[in-house]
Amino acid sequence: MSTSAIDLSLPYKKRVDDALHNQQLKVALDRATGRMAGQRVAAMGAVDAPRLRAQVRQMKEHVLRTWPELLEQLETQVTANGGHVHWAKEAADLQRIVVEIARKANVQKVVKAKSMATEEVHLNQALQRAGLKVVETDLGEYIIQLAGEPPSHIVAPVIHRRVEDIAAIFQRELDMPPTLDPQVICGVARGVLRKEFLSAEMGISGCNFAIAETGTCCIVTNEGNGRMTSTLPRVYVVVMGLEKLVPTVEDAFLQYQALCRSSTGQQCSVYLSMTSGPRKPGDVDGPEEFHLVLLDNGRLDMLAKGYGEALCCIRCGACLNVCPVYREIGGHAYGSTYSGPIGAVISPNIHLEVTDVDKLPYASSLCGACRDACPVQIDLPRMLLELRRDVVEAEGATLFDRAAMQGFSKMMQSRSSYESAGKLGSLASNVLARLSGGNLTFLPGPLSPWTASRDLPPLARHSFREQWQQRRAARKQIV
Amino acid sequence: MADKRTYSSPPRRVALFVTCMVDMIYPEVGVATVELLERHGVEVVFPLEQTCCGQPAFNAGFWDEARPLARRFVDIFEPLLRTKQIDAVVAPSGSCTAMTSHFYRQLLAEEPGYPERAALLAAATFELTEFLVDVLGVEGVDAQFTGRLTYHGCCHLLRELGIDRQPRALLQQVDGAEWVALNGAEECCGFGGLFAVKNSGISTAMGNRKVQNLVRSDADVVALCDVSCMTHINGLLSRQGERCRAVHIAQVLANQVDVRPRTLPEPPAQPLEKPRRWQDTT
Repeated sequence: MSTSAIDLSLPYKKRVDDALHNQQLKVALDRATGRMAGQRVAAMGAVDAPRLRAQVRQMKEHVLRTWPELLEQLETQVTANGGHVHWAKEAADLQRIVVEIARKANVQKVVKAKSMATEEVHLNQALQRAGLKVVETDLGEYIIQLAGEPPSHIVAPVIHRRVEDIAAIFQRELDMPPTLDPQVICGVARGVLRKEFLSAEMGISGCNFAIAETGTCCIVTNEGNGRMTSTLPRVYVVVMGLEKLVPTVEDAFLQYQALCRSSTGQQCSVYLSMTSGPRKPGDVDGPEEFHLVLLDNGRLDMLAKGYGEALCCIRCGACLNVCPVYREIGGHAYGSTYSGPIGAVISPNIHLEVTDVDKLPYASSLCGACRDACPVQIDLPRMLLELRRDVVEAEGATLFDRAAMQGFSKMMQSRSSYESAGKLGSLASNVLARLSGGNLTFLPGPLSPWTASRDLPPLARHSFREQWQQRRAARKQIV
Repeated sequence: MADKRTYSSPPRRVALFVTCMVDMIYPEVGVATVELLERHGVEVVFPLEQTCCGQPAFNAGFWDEARPLARRFVDIFEPLLRTKQIDAVVAPSGSCTAMTSHFYRQLLAEEPGYPERAALLAAATFELTEFLVDVLGVEGVDAQFTGRLTYHGCCHLLRELGIDRQPRALLQQVDGAEWVALNGAEECCGFGGLFAVKNSGISTAMGNRKVQNLVRSDADVVALCDVSCMTHINGLLSRQGERCRAVHIAQVLANQVDVRPRTLPEPPAQPLEKPRRWQDTT
């Protein structure tokens, strides 16, 4: 039996509770995150990882420093190659631009390769509202499209589903005979998708990186669906976040290395599809029309707000796979297109509608595993801390929390109040602990979540400072 | 770390930054820390003005509330260092050491005069095992322990300070300990300060993973370098009736921890030996 996915519009607490109580989700996440994290360690371990990480970081920082120039260079090159470049400030702009392209080219059916940017702006829904049929062709994306769910991982959209769940979806939606054989399941999808590829008039994909010096859009896939999306239909549209830019061909392969090794633990992906423009006279295949749509949706502001470091992200998903929080709750509990540590940093910064977005920076124990795994060395814990500060400064904290923190700070600012509070705490906690047999097993009010699952020792009867002073007094007497 | 101060002659006098949790909940860890430092010829002073470094407020986003505590901490310890009354500051905690030596830079960036003083302090502030191994060059520890021992690397210690080799090296020298491997030793236990209360469901799920791994390791004791993580792990172990316990590494090294081999029969009911206090033989 497959259970329904977590509703993204629910409050944060409810989403998390639903995730924690979903046994299938737990199994699916355990299987996949552990495998992907292990593969990444092996693949990065096979190269000079510190050097690769430093090089990619340096390159991405260079991109941010020369951002406007590189974007202009990209536009010039794509245009020179015969393509069209469009600029979308917000989600609505992107929707309008793509629908317009489809109308003009008299498109009925769209095949899509994986794209988080189009998820971010809900492009599929907009195209469907305009009367178009949209088919996702990445296997993972196709499965969740059948199930009516959003992706729950940047590179593995259906990571929240076990093979058992996927088989059930295919049996229900595609009349597949009962089987758990992944090859058979893939074969069914392949059969359906092949027909869609051959009949679609328009292909839409994301962009793993675009090369400014040549005007080339690159997509990294393992299934070949990207290649078919970019070559079979008459019209090919690439949707790209403004930051997915590299200056040179050499830089592209640097990022490609880091991406493949960090995301799936491969030396290189099965396909790397590069499109520099529409079909030229004499070409055997390729689209007649090529469009590149550049999406801002808050990215430029992010740099201005001091969170530019997150724009170095190459969307490999390594931070999700190693995050102990993501491993427990999966992607949907974050309530955003982007989940995990990087999602908790991006989501409050770009223009996304996320319920309880202020809670996301707190969905971390600040353990730092994400920073260690990141191929671009993004200091995610630092940004999570700064986002928490922003939440408090924007009066996002509850009155109770504010009062408690102010009281805590005041108490700790004076030795005497700290010592008195310690004495009082020791007395009270020892009385309570005696009642429950040595440890505190029940605490009231805001601390009750601790004792719901954990014991707590009482404060010491004699603090360290008391013992220290006693020793000093005793020593003086001896002398 | 690269920006740590180096010593041409061994430091003679250090200030103990005991941390508020050790002071109020686990004084025996402070006692063990002092014993260890004195055993290796270091004189310990304890500035009584110290309270909390401000980490709980800082991590929760309350930087305005954390800042006075950070300034206060610098005001207490930095003059001792500047006037050469002490050679270093030592803390039995990776997390509080990371707060004062890494995050103060961020927190006090705009406070006139403080960034420089905080940097001076940061360069001479050491986590206990780092101080013992890297600064004092301790090789042999005079510690015995009977039982199965393992180690959990606390997050700030491991990933903010890069300390892992030092505590492991010290534990390897404990006489009589049977070393067992712990799966996922470097994974977070789920404590995370207020995270444990505000996101208690996730925190508990993370902690349960740690408990499972501990139970599978068959360890009697898991040593670690932070009493905060120790509180979380022990809170779960105790609630679930598991026999394994987390202890601070200083307690192991100062011989405060005694585990009866499981093969021995239960002894007749006797009052437990009182927790060890100061060994004042001087």
